[in-house]
Amino acid sequence: MSHPTRYRKYHPKLYRTRMPIFWWVRKWTHIHFITRELTSVFVAFYAIELLFLLRTLTRGQEAYDAFLAWLQTPLALALNTIAFLMIAFHSITWFNLAPKALVIRVGELRIPPVAIAGMNYAGWAVFSAALAWLILSA
Amino acid sequence: MTQQTIALEVFRYRPEEEHEPTFQTYEVPLKKEWVVLDALNYIKDEIDGTLTFRWSCRMGVCGSCGMMINGTPVLTCAAFLETYQPGPVRIEPLANFPVVRDLVILMSDFMEKLGRVKPWIITEKEKPVAEGEYLQTPTQLADFKQYSMCINCMLCYSACPVSGLEPDFIGPAAIALAQRYNLDSRDEGSAQRMEILSQDDGIWQCTLVGECSAVCPKGVDPAGAIQRYKVASTNDWWRSKLMPWGK
Repeated sequence: MSHPTRYRKYHPKLYRTRMPIFWWVRKWTHIHFITRELTSVFVAFYAIELLFLLRTLTRGQEAYDAFLAWLQTPLALALNTIAFLMIAFHSITWFNLAPKALVIRVGELRIPPVAIAGMNYAGWAVFSAALAWLILSA
Repeated sequence: MTQQTIALEVFRYRPEEEHEPTFQTYEVPLKKEWVVLDALNYIKDEIDGTLTFRWSCRMGVCGSCGMMINGTPVLTCAAFLETYQPGPVRIEPLANFPVVRDLVILMSDFMEKLGRVKPWIITEKEKPVAEGEYLQTPTQLADFKQYSMCINCMLCYSACPVSGLEPDFIGPAAIALAQRYNLDSRDEGSAQRMEILSQDDGIWQCTLVGECSAVCPKGVDPAGAIQRYKVASTNDWWRSKLMPWGK
């Protein structure tokens, strides 16, 4: 007597792991990545500070002077120094990554990644110089 | 003269015997020409036949022997034992994948993701054979060639924290493979692939950690492929808003 063939579906007892919340502290490259992401907070800080400065312009000379006086306090100086360093880190890391996203061709020739990053740095330098000139010559 | 040895701490998971994995230490000869895969085969042949792992070509072509060595995903056939002196060398299955047994991971999810991006040449209308070949210049070939070097070893998924945190993320190799076809001058399927890859589990999950490209044994740049895809997707969106009458 023959029996019909019966197959049982394979159900392996899988072992699964979960990523720990501090997965990023184990490797230097991951710390670098998280730092780069966190620097966005300081970009936001600068933007908000600038908006507050603009608001004082609508509130007269007194408000503007008071804001400038606050900017010279040790707390504001410390905050702005940290923000500057973080934003410099933000800009440098993103400029270095720009060639990953941008592939530019001139005819048959592909512009090398270094040149694309270089163009970003050059733009940064030119804009900074123009702003410095505008502010210092006023 | 006694043979120099090195200790291998190997991840063991025997589902019929235990619920949690353990580490088992094996002492193996430290030979100059041996890679970690040779040491694993030595264990299997000479010490413990129950140790289970995948391997095939032993020359960095098949992509089967990827494992975590001291926490980094590598092809064990390309990792010389000598570089891990004085040891011990910790060997684990590829991270971010379910483990079936010992060093063997389940790759069904990865295989499904690969197929989802339609990795073949899509043409709107097949050219009759009588019209001859589809010609391609060396520059056109260079556009996609690096992405065709992928050997599906899954090291990039193992290195990618997003793949670990968001298992639905379609992942680096699948997106690089999609890009391999998008950039092929013979292909006309980029719009179809874009529909799949611009979904929630597609390119926008990537936060550009960049580890996928760092661990790739074939020099493919999946991180670059994903960022280029993001640029293309953004351009598509703007085009559809500014020129809704266009194709």
